[in-house]
Amino acid sequence: MSGTPLSAAELRDRLWQAVLEGGEYEAVDAIRAGLDAGWEEEALLLDVVASVQERIGAEWAADRITVAQEHAATAINERVITALVHRQPANRPAGSYRGRVTVSCVDGEWHAFPARLVAEVLRLRGWQVDYLGAQTPTPHLVAHQHRTNSDAVLLSGSISTHLPAAHAAITACQAVGVPVVAGGRAFGPDGRYARALGADAWAPDARGAAAALEAGLARPAAVRDTVDDLPHLADQEYTMVVRSRSRLVKQVLVDLESGFPALRAYSDAQRERTAEDLVHIMDFLATALYLDDAEVFTGFLRWTAEVLTARGVPVRSLRSGLDIIGEQLHDFPRALRLVREGAAALRDGAAAGAVGTAV
Amino acid sequence: MPALVIPSPGSPAHPRATDLREGPTWKDAPYPVLVLGADGRVVDLNPSARQVLADRRGAAAGRDEAPSWLADAHRSLTDGTGVPSTTPRAAGEIAGRFFEARPGPVTDGSATWWLTDVTGRREAERSLLGARRQAEVRAMVSSTLLSSLNVPRCAEVATRTASEHLADAALLVLPPVGRRYAVTHAVRGGPAVHTSRLVDPRDVPGLAEALQGYPPVPARWIDPAALPEWVVPAGFGGAVGSVIVAALPGHGVPAGALILLRSSTEQAFGPDEEEFARLFAARAGAALSAARLYSEQSAITATLMRELLPPTLENVHGVDYAGRYRAASDHERIGGDFYDVHPGADASRETFVVLGDVAGKGLEAAVLTGKIRNTLHALLPLASDHEQVLTLLNGALLSSHHTRFATLVLACVRREDDGRVRLRLTSAGHMPPLIVRADGRVEEAATHGTLVGALPSVSVRTAEEWLAPGETCLLYTDGITEARGGPLGDELFGEHRLRQALRECAGMPGEAVVERVQMLAAQWLGTGNHDDMATVAISAPRTARR
Repeated sequence: MSGTPLSAAELRDRLWQAVLEGGEYEAVDAIRAGLDAGWEEEALLLDVVASVQERIGAEWAADRITVAQEHAATAINERVITALVHRQPANRPAGSYRGRVTVSCVDGEWHAFPARLVAEVLRLRGWQVDYLGAQTPTPHLVAHQHRTNSDAVLLSGSISTHLPAAHAAITACQAVGVPVVAGGRAFGPDGRYARALGADAWAPDARGAAAALEAGLARPAAVRDTVDDLPHLADQEYTMVVRSRSRLVKQVLVDLESGFPALRAYSDAQRERTAEDLVHIMDFLATALYLDDAEVFTGFLRWTAEVLTARGVPVRSLRSGLDIIGEQLHDFPRALRLVREGAAALRDGAAAGAVGTAV
Repeated sequence: MPALVIPSPGSPAHPRATDLREGPTWKDAPYPVLVLGADGRVVDLNPSARQVLADRRGAAAGRDEAPSWLADAHRSLTDGTGVPSTTPRAAGEIAGRFFEARPGPVTDGSATWWLTDVTGRREAERSLLGARRQAEVRAMVSSTLLSSLNVPRCAEVATRTASEHLADAALLVLPPVGRRYAVTHAVRGGPAVHTSRLVDPRDVPGLAEALQGYPPVPARWIDPAALPEWVVPAGFGGAVGSVIVAALPGHGVPAGALILLRSSTEQAFGPDEEEFARLFAARAGAALSAARLYSEQSAITATLMRELLPPTLENVHGVDYAGRYRAASDHERIGGDFYDVHPGADASRETFVVLGDVAGKGLEAAVLTGKIRNTLHALLPLASDHEQVLTLLNGALLSSHHTRFATLVLACVRREDDGRVRLRLTSAGHMPPLIVRADGRVEEAATHGTLVGALPSVSVRTAEEWLAPGETCLLYTDGITEARGGPLGDELFGEHRLRQALRECAGMPGEAVVERVQMLAAQWLGTGNHDDMATVAISAPRTARR
């Protein structure tokens, strides 16, 4: 406890500058300064490193940093965590052994940072943590449960399109008798998708995850029938939309071109971007169908509109795309309703945006 | 006098008990019939009803005393105004038998009650319900026991279930590892606790035999006084009344022994318990031996696989290395791609990097990658001469019984004093490495050569490249460029998309480059099939380590 007190804001600014410039050693120095000023490791992780990471994402969305800068900054932030938690473990007070848990990302999820934070915070609090990281195939996660007898699995997801995979992982872990704590942006701001998918608990952040574990989780008793979770899937709309995704995207591209001659002048790369955008729309639409929750879809569209606007791309093309997708989906009442709600959300967003720029 | 209704056609509407008509009356009905008066007392009854009431214990209550449940039903019937919308029905017990009673119409607070003996039906219903509940418990126990392939978890479930349904406390003793026995115990309502003990199983009569598992020995009740102290869990309230030791039959391997402790001194199970105990022992034994086999197999696999898993890469002699691997099938961790970084003896010596791809995928290909990696390890002293290394490897592969061939990239890496990194790169039938310059240009290293393991000789051309601080050289396998998918579902990711992706990677740390490349390829694939995908980044750090 020496040196001048450093506020969270000061440390955040210092770390932000360092990660932005790709300065690994400056970044680690910033965190060391925090430690020297008497900061606890957990507080540094969550109140400084995590909030800088959040800012990285926000700055990218607002087009103030490039993808390369985003990745570089994230990589540096990861190294900061490593430097922070691997320093002199002998000096750390030996906490009592609480139990063993697995921390993993949902299959297909590449955003490992939130899971990493949870893993390190739990370690600091005395849990034995098996950190499986990003892009963990569900079979690996389940095999790991057979090998280790975890007290719980902490499942992290950032992008909602991975929620169907999360559902499979949750039920698979529960089937082998391991309770699941779900967390991350994908599960909704209030954790509603965690509940919808039958997770045993939901945690809004790393501290919440630790609290859920400390409160104790009952072992899932018997095999649950996953069909009961989401009875609306019986209409097969999710399955059909997923299966015909590529065909739908191709058709929508053709229709877009006939409706918007400007599109015909697009380069191959531009056409590919457009196709990828359509794929994203279809993926979020499918996820909304899976959960029977429009907010998954409308939230994604609002966010996309913001990202596009920040890059000076007119949102009009997004709306036209939606209209054509709607025409293709006329046989799917639930999907069609979602597309209409999505279009309405975009109109409302555009109106709000117009007011915003006028001010 | 109350009105009576005889539910058969032709019966008089208002027969009287004193009626002297010919033929059978309600008095002769083969069912007990009672007439209750306004005060709820028995006014009249037929012989059948008299017989039923007489069977009551303490018949001193008097023949005019109706059973209380019937009196209650009568009261609620006569209190009501008008005729009830549905036929009221009462039910209750008389002298150990169970009756349903239906009333006739009410006149002046008095009514006739016809009783039906439903004892048999009720028993049948009750036993059906019991059997159903038991089946549920058994199904639940079976599925819970068989849900995990983890030995300690199975032991937890087994002891907790046993303490819940068969005893007040249960201990599970697993076959020993060395001289130590893993003992799991649970007291009813409490958690399962694992301990590891140095005990002599012969101290508990029957335990040593039960642990051997074969030949089968029947479960036996033993004298609680003979129990050593460790058998009685700390939380067991009061004295142990009875103890049974049972072997758990496994799949030909000893699965363990179960010790059940009860407070009651009765040395017997009920017939239901007996059946449940036998089923439980069979399920628990099966679950434990399956878990044991799985854990043995997965330990063997893990040991064998350790040598085949891609290594974790880090900074070596001032150069950053990062690698990422994705096996072709999601349930495997290894495949036909591989990479290794062999650090130079010191910073002045070259570090030897290899990335390769064996024809085929899956475990068989992985075994060959192990052989190639070992061969290359042995050839390290010659590593600076790539052509010689490849020629020797070619000879080794040609003379082995494997018919597969491989493509490789070799790199010798050394950081110079000015912070730049010197690379000597040789491709043997492999895609040439791509170099990401600081300004975002992507260049291909000018190396090419023949693959190894197919032709009698090897001819290669080595390229020399330099990395300025912040620049990265990417080695990759064709799993990346041949990833099939994309928004339209049927296109190859291709080298041009890889190059485009790398242009956006200028200035990124190596681990961010490999992560991004793998991420884009994975997203391109979606859920489609793919080959093994390996990437290695060799980067000159942007900032010097102080």
